[in-house]
Amino acid sequence: MITLKEALTLNKDELNKFKDELRNKIEANKDLNAYIDVNSVGEGVPIAIKDNIQVKDWSITSGSKILQGYIAPYNATVIKKLLDNGLSPFGRVNMDEFAMGSTTESSFYGKTQNPHASDRVPGGSSGGSAAAVGAGLAIAALGSDTGGSIRQPAAFCGIVGMKPTYGRVSRYGLGAYASSLDQIGPMTQNVEDAAILYDIISGSDEKDSTNAGRDDKVIPNLDATRKLTIAVLPKYVENASQDIKDAYAKAIEALKAAGHTIVEREMMDAKYDISAYYITATAEATTNLARYDGIRYGNRVEGKNLEETFYNTRSEGFGDEVKRRILLGNFVLSSGYYEAYYVKAQKTRHIIKDEYAKIFEDVDLILSPVAPTVAPRFGELANPMDMYLSDIYTISVNLAGLPALSLPITKNSEGMPVGLQLIAKAYDEQTLFDGALSLEREVAYKA
Amino acid sequence: MFEVVIGLEVHVQLNTKTKLFCSCPTSFNHKQNTNTCPTCLALPGALPVLNKEVVHKSIMLGTALDATINRVSYFDRKSYFYPDSPSAYQITQLYTPIVEHGKLQIDFEDGSNKTIRVNRAHIEADAGKNIHDGDISKVDLNRAGTPLLEIVSEPDLRSAEEAILYLKKLHSIIRYIDIGDANMQEGSFRVDVNVSIRPKGDEKLYTRVEIKNINSFKFIQKAIEVEVSRQVEAWEDGTYDEEIVQETRLFDQVKQETRSMRGKEEAADYRYFPEPDLLKCEVTDEMMEKYTKIPELPDAKKERFVSEYGMNQYNASVITSSVEMANFFETMMAEDGVSAKTATTWLTVELQARLKGDVNIMNSPVDAKKLGFLVKRIDDKTISGKAAKEVLDHLMENEAVSVDDAIDTLGLKQVTDTGAIEAMCDEIINANQDKVEQYKAGKEKLFGFFVGQVMKASKGSANPQAVNEILKAKLG
Repeated sequence: MITLKEALTLNKDELNKFKDELRNKIEANKDLNAYIDVNSVGEGVPIAIKDNIQVKDWSITSGSKILQGYIAPYNATVIKKLLDNGLSPFGRVNMDEFAMGSTTESSFYGKTQNPHASDRVPGGSSGGSAAAVGAGLAIAALGSDTGGSIRQPAAFCGIVGMKPTYGRVSRYGLGAYASSLDQIGPMTQNVEDAAILYDIISGSDEKDSTNAGRDDKVIPNLDATRKLTIAVLPKYVENASQDIKDAYAKAIEALKAAGHTIVEREMMDAKYDISAYYITATAEATTNLARYDGIRYGNRVEGKNLEETFYNTRSEGFGDEVKRRILLGNFVLSSGYYEAYYVKAQKTRHIIKDEYAKIFEDVDLILSPVAPTVAPRFGELANPMDMYLSDIYTISVNLAGLPALSLPITKNSEGMPVGLQLIAKAYDEQTLFDGALSLEREVAYKA
Repeated sequence: MFEVVIGLEVHVQLNTKTKLFCSCPTSFNHKQNTNTCPTCLALPGALPVLNKEVVHKSIMLGTALDATINRVSYFDRKSYFYPDSPSAYQITQLYTPIVEHGKLQIDFEDGSNKTIRVNRAHIEADAGKNIHDGDISKVDLNRAGTPLLEIVSEPDLRSAEEAILYLKKLHSIIRYIDIGDANMQEGSFRVDVNVSIRPKGDEKLYTRVEIKNINSFKFIQKAIEVEVSRQVEAWEDGTYDEEIVQETRLFDQVKQETRSMRGKEEAADYRYFPEPDLLKCEVTDEMMEKYTKIPELPDAKKERFVSEYGMNQYNASVITSSVEMANFFETMMAEDGVSAKTATTWLTVELQARLKGDVNIMNSPVDAKKLGFLVKRIDDKTISGKAAKEVLDHLMENEAVSVDDAIDTLGLKQVTDTGAIEAMCDEIINANQDKVEQYKAGKEKLFGFFVGQVMKASKGSANPQAVNEILKAKLG
C-alpha cells in the first residue's frame, strides 16, 4: 500500500485508478469486515472514516442499531479539514458501539477480524480503522480515542495510531462518548503519515469550546535526530505479558542506540486510573447518549405512550455494553452517590495529571505499553471486568489530556504485532513525533 | 396565627439575537422547527458554544440587583427525558451561578419599603414546545436553546401582596435595562411560586409547595391566596402532615384552586454534573467595565422625577413603573414650558384612555414630542383643557397633522385679546339689561349666566379667566 505522503503526490487520474483498485480490494476482503460501506466524497486521497465522525449525507451510526436510518446533515470539522486539504472521506469503518469497547465485538455490524490472525480481535474501539490500514485496505484512517481506542487497535494491528492532546483536534462532529476524554486522531502506516494527517486535522475551531485554539504544525520541524530524555516505567510494565516486556526491552535498547537518554520513573497503581476513568467516562456517556430517544431521528420503537416509546427505543436500540455503561453512569451521578463517585474520580484525575506533570518536569517523553497483551482471540475479553482492566496502560493519558502515539515495535512468536506508546506533555506533539520517528527508524518494524 | 413564607423563581427569556449555545435566531412566530441547527436539535457530534451576549446581559442584571457577579461560573447538565428537550439534559448552572447574593427593594403604598434578598440568577437553556393535537403530539424546537436567566429569591416574602410587588419591580427592572421583553403572556417572564406557612414566631421553614407557570400577576396573587388557605385549613384540621407534601401544583384558573401535578414519590433525580462540553464562563475586566454601566433604574428615576420635576411620590411612581411610560414622559418634558403636572395628567389619563387594541404607548399616533407640544399649548393658554381633548382626538385620527394645525383647523384657539373679549361682554350686557338689574340687586348666581353667554358667543375660544375678570369689572 502506498503511503499517505506518496498518495498526496498522485494526480487525479492516478488517484481515480487507485480508488477503483482499492474498492476491488475491499470487496475481495469482505471477511475482514473492516468497512461498513464504501462511499466517497470529493476527489482527494481516500481516508477511511470511523463510523462516529459525521460526514454530510452519509449514514453515520456509531456502530449502533439505535442510529440505523440516520443520515448526517453536516460535516465534522475534521472532515471539512480533510476536504480542504485534498483528502477524501472514503468508506466508513467499523467500531465498538458508541466507541465503548476494546475489541470491536460490540458493533451492530458484527466483528472485525485482526488482519494478522482471523481468530483475533483488531482491538477497539477504532478496530475497523486499524484493521483497514493494517490489512492494506486503507492508506490511512481517522479514529477516536477516549481511553485508548486509537492506540490499542493500532498496536494490535501493527500500525501507527496517535491521540492528540485534548483540545488539539476539534470534536465538532464526533459522536460523543465521553466529552472530556474524546479526541479524534490519525491511524496510519507510519509515523510521518501520522504527522501529516495530524497536521491536517488539528487546529483551532470555534465550534468546539474545549478546543485549545492552537494552530502550530509538526511536519515543518519534524526531526528524528533530536536527542531526548525518555522515561521508562519498570514497575508499571511488570503486569504486562512477556511479549510486551520483550518489546519494551527492545524499544529501550533502540532508544539508547539512537542516542536518547533513558531514565527510570514510577507511576501509582493503575487501578486508580481504571476507577477514575470508568466513573468519568460513563457519567459523561450516560448524558451524551440520552439524546438517542427516538423522537427526532434514529430507530424509534413505538410504545403505548411516551414513556414506553423511550423505553422500547432504548432497550432495543442499545447493545449490552452500552446499556451497562449507561447504568453505571446513572448510578455514579445519582443523588447521594455523586460525591462518593464522580467528585472523587475528578480528584483522582487531578492527582494523575499532577503525577504526569511531575515526571515531565525533567523528561521529554515516557515509554509505556499500550495493552498488557497482544491482540486477544474473539470472546477472550467477554467478561467486562477483564476488558476494563485491559485498558490500564492507555486511560491515564486520556484522563491527563496528554498526546500519545502507539507504534509497532516487533512481532511475537506467533507473528502478532506488539506496539508500544510514547507519551508527551500537553501540546508537545512536536517532541512526540520527533521521538516516535526516531524509534520507528531504529526498530525497523516489518509489517 | 400563621405567617406566610414565599420564595419566587422567575425565568426570564433574554432578548439576545441568537440562542444560548448556537447561532439560530431567537425570534418568535416562525414556522415550526425552522430556527434549528445540529446543536439545538442535539444531533450526534454537535457542540454548544456560549453566546457572550448572554453573559453581558447577566452582568447587567447582577448590577441592577446589586449582586455579586461571579467572575468565574460553570455550567452543569441537568438530566431528564422529555421530547421538548432534545439532548435530554438541560444546560444550566447549579453549582456556581453567574449572579449571587442580590437584593431588590419593594415599596408599599404607605411609603414604607422592604428589601428582598435574591439568592441567585443563573443562565440556562429553554426547552422547545410540545403541541398536543388529539392522539398526536408534535414537537416544535424553535424555542429550544433560547437563553434564560432564572432569578431565585430567598423565602423573604410574607404575603401575596409582597410577592406581586417583588414581581412587578423585577419585571420593571428587566424592561429598564432591556435584557428581555418580559411578556408574561408570551412566556418570556415565567413565574414559579414556592409557598409554605408557619405559626407566627416560628423560625423553621415548613413544607413548601411549588406552583408552576402562572401567566399573570392577578392569577399569581390568587394562586398564592388559595394555596395559603389550603395549607392553613389543613393545619387547623390536623391533616397538615398528610395533605401538605413537597410537590408541584398547578393553578386552575377556572376553578380557582391548586391541583397536584406530580407527587413526591415521582420526584426526579436530575443527576447534575459539570457540563464537559463547555469551559468555565469567565467575566473579563472589559465586560465588567462595559456592562455594569446600566441605564437608570426605576427607583432612581422616580427620585429624580420627584426632585427634578417637583412631582409627588405617587405620580412619580406611576410614571416610572414602566420604562416606556417614563421615557415618553421625559420626552414630553423636554419641550420648553411644559409643566410636570399637566404632562402627567395628559399622559396617564388622556392619552392612556385613547390607547386601544393594538395601539400602545410605543406606536401611538401621538408620540411623546407631539403630546408634549399639546401640553405646552395648554400651559401657555393657547387652548383650554376642554379644547385640548378635541385636539387630541383629532390628532389620534390624523397622525400627519401638527398640534398647531389641528388647533387652527378646529378653530379652538383661545381668544386672549382683551379688546375682543370686552366687545363681546358689552354686547351680552346690552342684550340682557333685565338680568344686569337682577344681578346688581343681589342675584349673584347670574354671573355664571353672563360667563356662559360670552363663552357661547366666542364659540368656546375665549379665555375663561379673561372673561371672568372683564365681566367682574363691567358689572361692578
